[in-house]
This record gives sequence, structure tokens and C-alpha cells, in this order.
Amino acid sequence: MIKKYFQNKKNTSTEKIASLDFQLIFLILLLGIISFFMMYSTEQGKFGYYTKSHIYRFIFFFIMFIGFSFIKINIWVKLSYLFYVVILFLLIAVDFFGVTASGSKRWINLFAFNLQPSELMKVSLICFLARYYSKIPHHDINQLKYLVIPVFALFLPVLLVASQPDLGTALLIAIGGIGVIWLTGFRLNFFVYSSVLLLSLAPVAIAFLKPYQKARILTFFNPERDPLGAGYQIIQSKIAIGSGGMTGKGYLQGSQSYLDYLPEKHTDFIFTLFSEEFGFVGCLLLLLIYATIIYRIVSIGKKSRNNFAKLYCFGFAAAFFVYVMVNMSMVLGLLPIVGAPLPIMSYGGSSMLAIMLGLSIVMSCKVYNEEQ
Amino acid sequence: MLNQSKIFENKSKAVTRRMFILSMVKIGVFIALISRLFYLQISENLKYRSLSDKNRFREWKIIPDRGVIEDYFGKKIANNTQLFQLHMLPEDVPNIGELFFRLSKIVDFDKNTQNRLLKRLKRRKPWQPIIVFDNLNWEEFSKLNIFLHELDGIKPVVSVARKYLLDGSSSHLVGYVSDVSQKDLSNSEFLRKINLPGLKTGKNGLEKTFNRLMIGEPGVQRFEVNAYGKRIKELKFVEGKKGTGFRTTIDQEIQTYTSGLLKEISASVCVMDIYTGDIVTLVSSPTYDANQFVHGISSENWNSLINNDKKPLINKPLAGLYPPGSTIKPIVALSALENDVMSTRKMVECKGSIELYGTTYRCWKKKGHGMMNMRSAIKQSCDVYFYELARRLGVDRLSVTAKSFGLGKRTLENFNEEKSGVVPNTKWKLKNIGTGWVLGETLISGIGQGYFQTTPIQLCLMTAQLANGGYQIKPRIIDDKYDIQKTINAWREEFTNRKNNIDIENPNLKKLYKNKENIKFILDALYGATNEPMGTAYRSRLTKPEYIFAGKTGTSQIRRITLKERELKLKNKDLPYKMRDHALFIAFAPYKNPRYAISIIVEHGGAGSSGAAPIAKKVIKKVLDRHKLRKIYQLDLFQEI
Repeated sequence: MIKKYFQNKKNTSTEKIASLDFQLIFLILLLGIISFFMMYSTEQGKFGYYTKSHIYRFIFFFIMFIGFSFIKINIWVKLSYLFYVVILFLLIAVDFFGVTASGSKRWINLFAFNLQPSELMKVSLICFLARYYSKIPHHDINQLKYLVIPVFALFLPVLLVASQPDLGTALLIAIGGIGVIWLTGFRLNFFVYSSVLLLSLAPVAIAFLKPYQKARILTFFNPERDPLGAGYQIIQSKIAIGSGGMTGKGYLQGSQSYLDYLPEKHTDFIFTLFSEEFGFVGCLLLLLIYATIIYRIVSIGKKSRNNFAKLYCFGFAAAFFVYVMVNMSMVLGLLPIVGAPLPIMSYGGSSMLAIMLGLSIVMSCKVYNEEQ
Repeated sequence: MLNQSKIFENKSKAVTRRMFILSMVKIGVFIALISRLFYLQISENLKYRSLSDKNRFREWKIIPDRGVIEDYFGKKIANNTQLFQLHMLPEDVPNIGELFFRLSKIVDFDKNTQNRLLKRLKRRKPWQPIIVFDNLNWEEFSKLNIFLHELDGIKPVVSVARKYLLDGSSSHLVGYVSDVSQKDLSNSEFLRKINLPGLKTGKNGLEKTFNRLMIGEPGVQRFEVNAYGKRIKELKFVEGKKGTGFRTTIDQEIQTYTSGLLKEISASVCVMDIYTGDIVTLVSSPTYDANQFVHGISSENWNSLINNDKKPLINKPLAGLYPPGSTIKPIVALSALENDVMSTRKMVECKGSIELYGTTYRCWKKKGHGMMNMRSAIKQSCDVYFYELARRLGVDRLSVTAKSFGLGKRTLENFNEEKSGVVPNTKWKLKNIGTGWVLGETLISGIGQGYFQTTPIQLCLMTAQLANGGYQIKPRIIDDKYDIQKTINAWREEFTNRKNNIDIENPNLKKLYKNKENIKFILDALYGATNEPMGTAYRSRLTKPEYIFAGKTGTSQIRRITLKERELKLKNKDLPYKMRDHALFIAFAPYKNPRYAISIIVEHGGAGSSGAAPIAKKVIKKVLDRHKLRKIYQLDLFQEI
């Protein structure tokens, strides 16, 4: 049996390259190209700063994604804890040396560029938990002693990020982490009890919310409450999406974006611009691309015989799905406005770095799917 | 190993089971997203598309040129002129302090104005142009243009504004325009609907009457605007329609001339074509400069206008009410003749006064006129004769004749401010005062005092309808060539009949008399009053044959003269201004082949013969001099006159 494993092991680089998931690579590349065009459109058809730096970043991270795919899965497993600790350290560092922009401290200046560690924490937490649970026997999972470390690992970064303040990213980190814990087969009752507890704590939490965060939640329930203030973004976003119609206004014709009615069109509201210009048909295609990416990640996890790889892929797929879902629901007016970028499409280096890094681990799970 | 593998298998199973649940959830959520997209983009598409367009497009209305008011000869009485303005685009100004300093070196631009402008700037967006100077003169404007290269963000703009004649001779007639007020908006649905910022609206006179037509149709400029309201590009331009212009029947030269004669006195003059009803002159004095209202009148000027005793803002020919005094006498006499009350030859002795039920009714001539017949009574304006005539006639029959000649009702349709006046009779008194008519009131009505209230234009119309042979005419101030054609044809027919001595009734003219001879008699008596010695207006007559006119003076008391005053023999000029009599004069000219009727009222001007007739003489001469020119414009049908 052991022998068989060794025999099947891919040794040559051609074999490794051949075992890459080209469907996934193609989809990522396609999404990247779509994002170039969208970025170009946000700058009203000018090859401006955002478009340029978005393209450079994508090319750089895409190459990184392919390169890192060949890192052995075992190395990823070994690096998991370290990765998590480094990011956690950076998060703490943000608290002390962070760069403040528009009222929150999210970035840390790493000489050449500004990094947003909270974005990377999304991936590193999944790594950490996947590694931790991969070593725990299934029947021990429900033991409370094995819950102490994951809960700490989860809440520490979430609290740090929430205090930046960046409630959106904190929630996304938490959802990713909880998703992994749930996937391990952890007792369902626990989730039920803790969510009851959390809900009972909600009024206390609301008291700690910043005024703008409260306004966002109130605005979600009634956008017309303050149409020129807090409700402005969501109203204009809905107008842009709704006016797109079946086939959209056409590329570079999105008047809502062109005339600056759309806020944050480079980042969180890039989907709004996309749906304004390409309409319902375009949106279905984009959703299909995202769904296929998620499906590919899940099937890589399914095929993998590595415990870590399986948990990681499923966890990452769930998190990736949540990012897409939260962003779209937000611009569609189904969720309150929280800072949640659309993976790969949105402008932002840290977010893209995190996603690409996450994907390269997935890819490495595929390349080395038979390693224990 | 086996154990390990089993654990792995178990674990894998649990994970896969949960993964399956998760996948189901994912599919559910994707379906929810798609349905949401479908709802927004397909079901509600129309709503959001129109909201998006509402975001994108903004329309600016362009104020159309206001219609021009001209006089009969095409001279512009109310015109549009260029207005030199200076606009500033705040976002293009690098340093506002420096700009203000430079401006203050070129034009008058003091600290107060600067501060006010800065205050206004704070409330505006930097891409909204702001008016720095509203009304520059040409000299300042050209000077600014020279220094324009060193004034960034400054734009000289030539705008359009209303301009009226500076002498103000037609101010009352034309009225003026000014900014739309709250009151204008609540009164006019049209103004509410048109909603044009910066639009000026007619406040009175013709400007108000024809406001709607003169405004025209606003043009529209549709722009695509961005989220900050900045215009990105022009999408559509619809040119507006210029407001309708109006040609009046006024002769501006006579208007100016007359206004000049009336400087500093409170008076009104009407001149009317006795056939067409064309109002040639309509002057109210003192007047005001209508231009100062266009850009907002200063409170100082406003106060001086409303505190002036001579009421410069009132359009006196139409809105001034005066007892007609002796100018009513031709109508009293005509009414008596028409009703066969008294023969023209019947003599009445004037001893200076008569007594009725213990009250003394005096003649203006204390010594009395002696024996008077109707002609001499009109000529010398004998009050006692008319007391007797009125007593026999009765006020009700008098009021019928007076009303048929246009007294007691509004003359023109074009002016809101026009008053209808009062022609009293027994019914009127019972209704409006509540007591029965007494005979004494009939007597004083016979000399145009008491309840009688007339406007100058009514007196002018009355005179015109006597002078044209007793036919009804419809006065007009707006010249409409098509409308007048019928009237002209009717008169042409009448003239042909007269020339050929054919005495048939003209169906197109409404006659106001029963017997033509009565009218002829009245006109002859009026000739006597002006052109024969002893006539009240004899001193103001014109002797050149073509200028000879016939008229009647009038002096209307505005208070009861007490016995004491009579004994003191107080002269009018010794009385305080407000207590003095009004001087009136009505006339038509030329006597042979008459063409124009005139009425003049000088408020507190004393006797009609001295206060009003001399002015009438000058105006009549001017009007007749101008007739040659007017004839050319008059559709060549009255060439014989």
C-alpha cells in the first residue's frame, strides 16, 4: 500500500504541470481579464492609475499563484501555524503602526507597499484550522478541550479586525473560521447554542457600534431614511443595477458610474458597474464563473486524500462563496453595506494577494493530492 | 494503519456530508441572488431606468426675449436692451482675494459688496456661476474686457433686460416688469407652471395685461450632469419662442410732449380718435421711471414714490375718479333734448342762485348770468340753468343718457386698475347708500357734482361719441389691423352717406341718439363755449381755421364751500393744495370735420378755464400737427378727414 503511494507519486515537473487544474486557471484568468475591462470602465475609458496598477497586480499575483502551486502540500501544512502567527503579529502591529485612512486603521506600511493584514487573515485562519483539525481524530472533535485553541484562534483576529474598525472583514474572517469548524463535523448543537448566545448579546454589541455602523444597519432596513447620506450608496447602486435591464447599457455606457453616481465603484461596487453595463445576461455569466470556480475548488477537495487538503479546500470554497455572496447581496440591497470586496474583480492588492495565495494552496492540493 | 485509515474514512464521510449540505445552501443562495437580479433588472427595470435618467439629465430653461411694446409708428416704448454683466466661475478662480483686489482697481467694488458676494459664494457650489455685477455701464464693461486676461474665472456676459423710455411718459400705460414675487406666484398658475428662475413678470399696465403672451415660450437646454450637478455635455437644445410684441395706438411723441407740459402737476390727459376709438395719448402725471423697478427699486426711491402727495404710481386717466363738474353739462342738455324736457329756446333766468326747500344752490357766477337759453347756458356754463334742467329731467333719465355715452363703466379691457366710476340714480342710491333720493341731489347731479364719479378716459369717450355724431365706439389701445377693419368699413359707408346727403341709418354703427339735430345742437354749443366771447374757454381758443376746436370747461368741487368762505371770497390758490378744485376740460378737434377728442383733468388745478383749457390748447395743436403723419399709417381710408 505504501509502495503504491510512492509509485503514483508525481516526480517529473511535466507531470506536475499536467496535473494542474487548467479549468480553474482559465476561469481565474477570465475573471482577471473581465476585471481589467471593468477597471478601464470605472476610469471612463481611460487607461488610468487604477487600471494600470490592477493589471500589474493581477499579472504578478497570477504568476505567483501558478508558481506557488508547485509548493508541496506538506510544506503548506508545516507553514500553516507560522503563517497564522505572522499575520496575527501584523494585525497587532497595525494597531500600533497602522496607516489610518477614512477613519479606520487597516493598513500597515511595509516599505514598498501598504498591506491589509486582515485580508490575509481570511486565508491564514482557514489554513490554521484545517491544519489543527486534520490531526484530531474524528471521535475527539466534539471534546471541549479541542475547542479551546480554535476558538482563540478565531476570536483573536476577529476582535483585532473589528476594533480597527472593519466590521465587514471581521465578519468574513469569522464566517470562514466557523465554516471550517462546522465542516469537521462538530456538533450542531454547539452552533445552535452559540448563535443563541450571540443573538442575546446583539443588543450589547449594538451599543458598541460606531454611529456610522448603526446608520448602515438602519439604512439597510430602510434606504430611503437618508437618501443623500447613508442611504445614498445603496439607492444609487440599485438604480445602476436595475437600469441595466436584460442586456445592460453596453460597455463604457454605464451612466451611473460615468457620472460619478456610483460610490466605491473600483472596489466594493464593481459588480454594480458590471451589471449596469452588461445587464442580467452578463450577471448570470459572472455568477456562473464564480459558481464554477467554487465547484472546482470543492471537487479538488473531494478528490484529495489529504486530510488537511480536504478541510482546507472545503473551507476555502465556503469562504470564497461567502465573499462573493456577501458582496453581491450587499450591492443588491439584500445585506447592509459592509466593506466586502468581490474576489479578484475588486481593486485592492491585499485582497487579491489573499485570494491568489488561497487558490495556490488549493492548486497545490490538486498537484499533490495523493500525499498524506 | 488500518485504524488510522478508518478514522480517516469516518472523518472524510462526516466532512463530505457537511460539504453536501453546504453545497445545497450555496445553490440556494445563488438562486436567491439570481432572483434578486431578475427582480431588479427585469421586473423593475423600467422604474430604475427612469430613475437613472432622472439622475443623468437635467434641463435648464432659457428665458425667451420678452415681447416689445411699440407705439403707433413703431417706436419702441418697452424694449429689450443689452445688459452688461460680469459672471464668475468660482472653481476657476485661483485666488479670490487677489481677484477682488484687481476688480476693485478697475470698477467700483467696495468692501461691503465684496463681503456680500463672499457670503453668497459660501452657499453655492464652485461650478455654479455667480453674478458679480448685474448691470454695468458700457464704459466699465469695456474696461473690464481689456483687463480680462489677468482676471481668471471671470466671464463678461451680455444679457437681456427690459428697458423703458427714460422720460417715463408712458410708464403708467406700459407698466413695468420685476422679479416674480410670492404674491405673483400665488395669483398666477401660469407663473407657477413655467417656473423660470430669473424671469421678470409684468406688474401692472400692459406689461401685466399681456404678461403671458409677452413672456413667450421658454427654450430648453438639456444637459447630462454628474453626481455633483456639474454639466457634462449638452444633449438637446430647443429654442424658445420670442414673446408676442404689441403695437399700441399711442403716439409716443405726443405722449412725451404732453408729459412735458404736465411736469410737477398732478394731472391726466386722454386723446382719442373719435371714429376708431384709438387712444392717441394717455398721460398720467407726475410719472416715474419704470426702469428702476426692473433691477429692484431702492427703498429710498420707493418711499419717495409712495409718500408723494401727487400719487405718481396711480394711473390717473383710468384709475382716477373725479366728479365731472360742468363737463357733464353737454350730456345733461342732450338728455333733456332727447326726452323733450325743454326746448332749446326756453329761457331761464339766472340770478346767481336758486332756492329749493330752504337750501340755496349757487351758480359759479355770483352776480348771475341773467336770461339764459340752452346754448348760452352751455357756453357760459350757467349752473342755475342746469339746476332747472336737471330738476325737470330727473336723475334717472339723465343716468340713462350718461351711461349710454360710456360713463359709469370701464372703457378698456386691458387694465386691471381701471375704475368704473359712478353714474348715480335713485336705484343706485337706495342700493349703495340705503336712503332715498332727494331732489336736491338731482340738482347738483345736473352740474356733475354729488355722487357723480368719472374717470378721465370716460369723459374722453363721452366727448368722442358726441363729436363723431353720436355713435358708439369701442376705445382701444392695442392696434389690431384685422379687428378694426369692420369699424373702418362702417365709418367709410357713413362718410359716403354724409357726403351725398343720404340720410339712412347705418346698420353697422350703433347710434346713441334719437334725433340727430340734438347732437348737432350740442356740438354747436360747445363751439360757442370755446370760440365765442363769453364762452368759458374763449381765452384758450385756437384761431387758425384748421386748429379750431370746441370744448367745455369744468371745475369740480371736492368739498362743500361754506358760507363763511364765500364771504371771505377765498381764491382757489389761497386754499391749501388738497382743498383746491379740480380743473377739467373736454374738447374735440378740429371743429369742422372732427377727428380727436380730448379730456384733461388737473387735480387741484382750480378753474377748468384757467387750469385745464390752456394745456388742452397746446395738446390739441400738437395732436393736429401729428395727424398728417398718423393718416399715412391709417389704412388710407380716412383720407378725406
